[in-house]
Amino acid sequence: MNYVSSFFVGGLFCVVGQILIERTRLTPARILVGYVVVGVFLSAVGAYEPLLKFGHSGASVPLTGFGHLLAEGVRKGIAEKGFLGILTGGLTSTAAGITAAIVFSLLASLIFKPKMK
Amino acid sequence: MSRKKLGSGTLQLKTPPVILSSAAMVGKKEKQGPLGEYFDHWQDDEYCGESSFEKAESFLQKEAMKYAFQKAKISEKDLDLVFAGDLLNQCISSNYSLRDSGVQFFGLYGACSTMVEGLILSSMAIDGGFADRCAAVTSSHFCSSERQYRFPLEYGGFRPQSAQWTVTGAGCAVVASEGNGVKINRLCPGAIIDMKITDMANMGAAMAPAAALTLKRFFDDTATGPDDYDLILSGDLGKIGATLLVELLKTDHIYLGENYNDCGCMIFDPKRQDVHSGGSGCGCVASVLCGYILPQMMKKTWKKVLVMGTGALMSPTSIMQGESVPGIAHLVELSAQ
Amino acid sequence: MRSEDYQQLVWKHTPKKPLWKGCLGAFLIGGTICLLGEVFQEIYLALGLEETVASAMESVTLVFCSILLTGFGVYDNLSRVAGAGTLVPITGFANAMSSPVMEFRVEGMVLGIGPKIFSVAGSVIAYGVAASTLYGLIY
Repeated sequence: MNYVSSFFVGGLFCVVGQILIERTRLTPARILVGYVVVGVFLSAVGAYEPLLKFGHSGASVPLTGFGHLLAEGVRKGIAEKGFLGILTGGLTSTAAGITAAIVFSLLASLIFKPKMK
Repeated sequence: MSRKKLGSGTLQLKTPPVILSSAAMVGKKEKQGPLGEYFDHWQDDEYCGESSFEKAESFLQKEAMKYAFQKAKISEKDLDLVFAGDLLNQCISSNYSLRDSGVQFFGLYGACSTMVEGLILSSMAIDGGFADRCAAVTSSHFCSSERQYRFPLEYGGFRPQSAQWTVTGAGCAVVASEGNGVKINRLCPGAIIDMKITDMANMGAAMAPAAALTLKRFFDDTATGPDDYDLILSGDLGKIGATLLVELLKTDHIYLGENYNDCGCMIFDPKRQDVHSGGSGCGCVASVLCGYILPQMMKKTWKKVLVMGTGALMSPTSIMQGESVPGIAHLVELSAQ
Repeated sequence: MRSEDYQQLVWKHTPKKPLWKGCLGAFLIGGTICLLGEVFQEIYLALGLEETVASAMESVTLVFCSILLTGFGVYDNLSRVAGAGTLVPITGFANAMSSPVMEFRVEGMVLGIGPKIFSVAGSVIAYGVAASTLYGLIY
């Protein structure tokens, strides 16, 4: 059941993105930024937690999930460190993904060369 | 008073210069296209054995020049002037392909219209008596253009239906004051037209108004019409731009018929090759003209031909600052001897 | 012709891909990526990892797969069919970081790769962090 809801919710997030690409003047980069900010917002108003409960990875894997993780990190940071947590919380909770992307990207640049399509 | 100007801006050459030879060097995708068999040579490797795409593009230019010079039985030293250009910042492909030649050189930027711009300037230099032999050279490379104008090659971006595919290829034409070959009779330099197209992925639409203006000016100045030519060729308007050009000219009561075609639509097969609206880039008109049209004209397949180089004069910087894309179109009238 | 009229003419002659086609590709491939993520998470949970660790490892695994596919030149081919389906998931974020890094390596490790690694992803991180900080201030 988790698999089905992951597939369905994740797919819907992507469909919304596709409609935005094809029917508005938003560029892919702007859509990514929009998704993260919307994720932060949804998490702030408490809407993302139920979405995660239902959609599992379908809600955490799209970049809105990244936004939620940032917001959640801030909440946790404030609980643990108070005011400083506002600054440290977001990046702490997302550090694994960002660091992995940086390190693997650097490794990839040593191994691979871009190719003609 | 200028003695060689007709009407509002067509230039009549007094002693028409001659294109002695031409050659085109292309990449793999172009070789697999409908005109593949006509190109002088091709490269399977997108890096052409070099370490970067920019160097590869220079290599393509050098090869195109080599084959064109061989055909004309001349060497670089026999050239008085070279007019070369490409799409990269500061025209590096051309600067580097000619840095060892010792030839007197003008670097041009006319976006994808550069090939025809080079032919116009070569003809003017020769007819003006300043040179006996000139060469016009241009190139473009899909990979070097993508990284400068768009996204990294491996980026999973979105390519809309109106997008065009930058041709990997280079062309070189040797123009001389006398000899056997294709004559350049009249020239019509273009003016910049901006119809406020802000979509960088719809260059055909940005260039079509400039093409319409140049073609109309030429027909008006010379009292000719589309039916007087065996072939009318635009550079890289692509499917969308070519349709728009036909529509725009209709409003001026100029009707382009079967004899009109666009290099961007000729070089790739839209059914087989996933190129959306067609080919683009300096290399598009250069390789089609130098590899296919000129050699066929020497065999008298066509006798009177109009070639129009079309350029979208934008940069990533201007687009990001919200500017629209201005277009330009230069035209030459060619005839087989 | 006025530029407004011309823009209408352009709009008329610009072909549009049917929306359902792009959406179908986005739905199927985007959904599959999320499904894969869920599979990874289940595996990590079964290996006895805590839930927060398992979901972090899920992201790391997806990032790794995406960069591997980018390296082999497959990811952008996939995105031709998937559209937003490969853009919106975290794999798209990883692709946006690894593709410029591979591309600009020829300009050097420090001045080529360094600034370009965040050319797209930088905005995502910057505005994400800014939004969450703002949220923290209100919270």
